Amino acid sequence: MNTLINGIFKRDMALAFRQRSELAQPLMFLLMVITLFPLGIGPGPVTLQKIGPGVIWIAAILSSLLAMERLFRDDFWDGSLEQYMLSGQSVAAIAAVKVLVHWLVSFLPLALFSPLLALFLNLTVDMYIALMLTLVLGTPLLSLVGAIAVGLTVGLQRGGVLLALLLIPVFIPLLIFATSAVDSAALQLPYRAQLAIIGAMLMLAMASAPFAIAYALKVSQN
Amino acid sequence: MAGLAADNLTCIKRDRVLFSDLSFCLSPGQLIYLRGPNGAGKTSLLRILTGLSAPESGQLLLNDESLDKVRDSFNQQLIYVGHKAGINGALTAMENLRFWCAQHGTDFIAQRAYEVLARLGLVGLEDVPVRMLSAGQQRRVALSRLWLKQATYWILDEPFTALDTDGIELLETHMREHVANQGAIITTSHQPLSKQAGPFTELVLEYRL
Amino acid sequence: MWKWLHPYAKPERAYQLCVTLQPYFLWPGILCLVAGSIWGLAFAPQDYQQGDSFRIIYIHVPSAILSMSTYVAMAVAALVGIVWQWRTAFMAMIAMAPIGAVVTFIALFTGAAWGKPMWGTWWVWDARLTSELILLFLYLGVIALYGAFEDKQQAGKAAGVMALVGVVNVPIIHYSVEWWNTLHQGATISKFDKPSIAPEMLWPLLIALLGLALFIAAVTVMRMKNEIIRREYHRPWVKDLAARALGDDHAV
Repeated sequence: MNTLINGIFKRDMALAFRQRSELAQPLMFLLMVITLFPLGIGPGPVTLQKIGPGVIWIAAILSSLLAMERLFRDDFWDGSLEQYMLSGQSVAAIAAVKVLVHWLVSFLPLALFSPLLALFLNLTVDMYIALMLTLVLGTPLLSLVGAIAVGLTVGLQRGGVLLALLLIPVFIPLLIFATSAVDSAALQLPYRAQLAIIGAMLMLAMASAPFAIAYALKVSQN
Repeated sequence: MAGLAADNLTCIKRDRVLFSDLSFCLSPGQLIYLRGPNGAGKTSLLRILTGLSAPESGQLLLNDESLDKVRDSFNQQLIYVGHKAGINGALTAMENLRFWCAQHGTDFIAQRAYEVLARLGLVGLEDVPVRMLSAGQQRRVALSRLWLKQATYWILDEPFTALDTDGIELLETHMREHVANQGAIITTSHQPLSKQAGPFTELVLEYRL
Repeated sequence: MWKWLHPYAKPERAYQLCVTLQPYFLWPGILCLVAGSIWGLAFAPQDYQQGDSFRIIYIHVPSAILSMSTYVAMAVAALVGIVWQWRTAFMAMIAMAPIGAVVTFIALFTGAAWGKPMWGTWWVWDARLTSELILLFLYLGVIALYGAFEDKQQAGKAAGVMALVGVVNVPIIHYSVEWWNTLHQGATISKFDKPSIAPEMLWPLLIALLGLALFIAAVTVMRMKNEIIRREYHRPWVKDLAARALGDDHAV
């Protein structure tokens, strides 16, 4: 455990704060994509409220695809990944810690942004609460599942678009349940069912994704 | 047989047979100099020995036990320095070494690390992001692991790349001392090992079509 | 228990198996496909509501069912490859991927063509059509990932992982889309939901389904043969095979 905290967690945290600007870029992208919708569709408050949850989630998925790429990229190209694999630690555990750090530094700042997004898209307080809950449960799922595809494509020179092609279909259920939770909140309906399903998917991903990521990284090493 | 034994290894890359039915043993107290033209499969062989990639057929034995069964204890006894240095450019030399030691479960003593870096001629560069260092200096940071972790087996892929003559001599001396202390080394190098490195066994891979 | 299967992990044995199986899949497959289609398109009774346009189910339903099954079969092959480290399993998987994608496309196309007389438009975001579309994306992802790698052995493993991730998602996608659809379309009943089907309509459908399944198996086996030859062309057994084939040609 200590090796994971001292060797991986602290290292990735130190790196993240040294590359702050790179971390900020996906968030700025998210903000700009969301700005496009009122401009493209029209600023009517009713329209915005209707499309708001979907827009925020779509923007979150797209920006996560951009942010995800750096998860293993540097480690692969500078050879750190080889050293992890020979460290005697379980690669799955290392991958899980790296995904955790990645989630902390790329999605937690989204929580800071979210009141602004809610304001932009005219969400009610109930909708905002539902949005936050779906983001808290859903974004770790994005990180975990995304990391599998990142592990597979990390060795490819131009993996960026491919990563999006692989992941977008996989993220569709999350999009459906998350936006419908916020829609239900808008109508003052209960949305526990949707949250429960997202939670179940998250549990499944937490249990299985680290092993899939480890396998993917081993495949990329070959 | 004590040591790391390769038993009938065959490696196929991109549908080309690099080597087949290769058997040899790397024993403590032995330095193997792996030679061969470009594309002969030297790096592939070293990566198979570390366990990073799997051979097409054949197996590895550590002290007569299948390596897969004793992988963890082998990893504790192994230092691999590959083509890619495994050094992150945004971190300083000290940070790189500290995190590497933590990952490998080796105690990190800052004083010792400063000494090692000083011996490798990196005085004053310990807290500069590694990206700012020259290629030879980066290589020295990567090689400083050989001083920081106690391990029997060293697997080195072109360790002399980008080193100046002082650096080469330093490393060869360290290799000789390691072998004298019952260490085992397998290394590739595009330039022949000098006398500094001590006695060694040659293993030659041919280029096969 | 599965020991008898292991020899087929060797490409040579797998190739021989493909050669043996191919005629058993191909000819009955073509026969059933032709028989089912002619029976369904020409002789089965008309639907009292939809007239003749319902006859497209004899193509649409088998391809829709088998598009999903092919994906599952691909995932099973990937799992076998990953667990037992069989190279041939990955070859089988990648042999199936484009076939599955084509079948999915046929299901989508016939679904859209059926939609025209039924809904008056080519495309509605009907639950099943949407699931099929996403399934097509999943297939294309696997194929694209396989194509992106130079080293085909690595490519097979990578595509295999993605196929497994996809197969876990297929049921989730299916139910989520169905649920999304009922949410957004309210009370409209899907035209595909038939309470029951008359036996004289069902029989040709089942025959067409069986035919398409056998035909997919046959094409898979053929593609797998090619894949094995392409990957093993430098091995002695392939050279022997080629020499024998050439010898036969010269004899003729």
